[in-house]
Amino acid sequence: MAAPDAPAAARPQLPPARPKGRPPRRSGNSAALLLIAPSIVFMTLLFGWPMVSGILQAFGGPEGLTTANFSRMVQDPYFWSSVGNTLLLIVVMIPIQFVLALAMALLIRAKPRGSSAYFYIWAIPLAVSDLAAGLVWLTVFTDRGYLNSLLASFGLDPVSWLAYDNYPSMFGAVLIAEVWRATSLVFVIVVAGLQSIPKDYEEAAGVFGANFWSRLWHVTLPLLRPSLQTALILRTILAFQTFAVALALTGQNFPLVVGETYRWYTGLQDPNVASALALVVMAVSMVTAVGYLKLLRDQSEAPR
Amino acid sequence: MSHATTSQATEPAARPGPEVDRRPLARRRRNRILLQAACILITLFMALPIYLIALAAMSSRQSLQKFPLSFIPDNFSTETMQTFLQSTGILGGLINSVQVGVFTLVLSLIVGVPAGYAVARFAFRGRDPYQLFLLFTRALPIVVLSVPLAQLFLQTGLYDSVLAVVLLHTALALPTTILITASVFLGVPRDVEEAARIFGCSPLQAFLKVVMPMAVPGIAAASIFTFVMSWNEVLGASILTLNQRTLPAQVLSSLAESPLAYRFAGGFLLVLPALVFIFFMRRYLTNMWGSTIR
Repeated sequence: MAAPDAPAAARPQLPPARPKGRPPRRSGNSAALLLIAPSIVFMTLLFGWPMVSGILQAFGGPEGLTTANFSRMVQDPYFWSSVGNTLLLIVVMIPIQFVLALAMALLIRAKPRGSSAYFYIWAIPLAVSDLAAGLVWLTVFTDRGYLNSLLASFGLDPVSWLAYDNYPSMFGAVLIAEVWRATSLVFVIVVAGLQSIPKDYEEAAGVFGANFWSRLWHVTLPLLRPSLQTALILRTILAFQTFAVALALTGQNFPLVVGETYRWYTGLQDPNVASALALVVMAVSMVTAVGYLKLLRDQSEAPR
Repeated sequence: MSHATTSQATEPAARPGPEVDRRPLARRRRNRILLQAACILITLFMALPIYLIALAAMSSRQSLQKFPLSFIPDNFSTETMQTFLQSTGILGGLINSVQVGVFTLVLSLIVGVPAGYAVARFAFRGRDPYQLFLLFTRALPIVVLSVPLAQLFLQTGLYDSVLAVVLLHTALALPTTILITASVFLGVPRDVEEAARIFGCSPLQAFLKVVMPMAVPGIAAASIFTFVMSWNEVLGASILTLNQRTLPAQVLSSLAESPLAYRFAGGFLLVLPALVFIFFMRRYLTNMWGSTIR
């Protein structure tokens, strides 16, 4: 911990007098490096090393570098359906989640009676894993579950919601479970974003006669852009990683890409193809994040 | 009669009032009712599934066989939960999950708190690239790390141990821990630290005796999040272990061949901590996700 003295010792020709008032922000390079060094070593070992070996593994085979793993991956009958399902789920789910989360955040901001209880209940799924969410909704959608019990009590015939040949209802079940679980994250980020917007802007717009919708569209949403951007990138990257919801609800009937990685690794015991799939997930996540950043930045600069 | 005259006298003045004024009031009341209705609707959507899985997990196996299922808790029983807890690997998985969570929390604090302090207090060279690097690692999907790590751990003999999962979870939690602790330390005024130094504390003493006590609530919040992340993480834990499964990994691996009652009980046990965590964390949630995530 001798670091703060080090610069003085290195430059003895400077007067040792203390600067007036508050000392400048310490720029102790060596102390700081000492403090962050463990984290850098740790991250290099557990991020850098696996990344490199993952790429090697994906292109690795019995005889040197090959793309055989990727062609095996593509030829697997589940691959394209898992890609299709993942993309369809994201495209349908993200808009629903954002509209719902925004509505929830605006409701909380209107401070209804009991708003802190509402906030607590609406935030609970934030700490629920996708496996648990799948199991929770299994009680609802399974053949002899609560939804069919409800239908039966109205005298209606039960429906096998999760059956292999009933794709729309299977997709709907996974979608509802994911909307239930992951909207909370967007909700909390948007609530935080709303808190940082002064009410004056909206009140000013109200004074000039703007109704609720035009205040939302022209005042609140543009000011929320940074929060929405964060939530959108985070949510999309996390959405690509969803798999246990579908596994818990439908078994293999609704394959998702990460679920396929799991199947290739644990079921089929082929780490090379599993690595290839993992690389695809990473590439798609990165491209999406960069794409969003570019898209949102272009839009924000366009009107000016 | 004087009453009548006064009321008559006030009436002409009051009469145009209600006709103009009551409509916004009624609209306001209607809006309040609509607001409550919307809130209750969303609360039903969020809370009803949790109620239903609790109901299913607290029903006897026999009453789960009935159709239609009852929506009210009329035959409370711990049979389903007991059977679940006694099935192979569950108790061990529970112990492993708690161990992994606690060790992950401790390790990520040991590595993360000094780094967070450095980010908050020093303007060192490479600070911005370092922060960017942290944000980048947070965006990496877990799958990308898990599969290669499994191979590496197989070679080094770490495979299928609590430590293997702890290392993976710490790697996942560390960026968040560093960014959150940095923002916590930014909230501790530098002046108190400098005052401690003037009164003769060493930098380490000043940190431990003055800065840490002020930062503890924020750091505790960050720790709870680390634990929740570790408790919920299922893919990496399933890939890195075979016998030393964590609870979610155990539930996932026996999903296909297990009866419905087992799955309901497992789901309920996995959801239960969320109710407690979020209750204690609800004040910190917006600070945490709002300020540090960017």
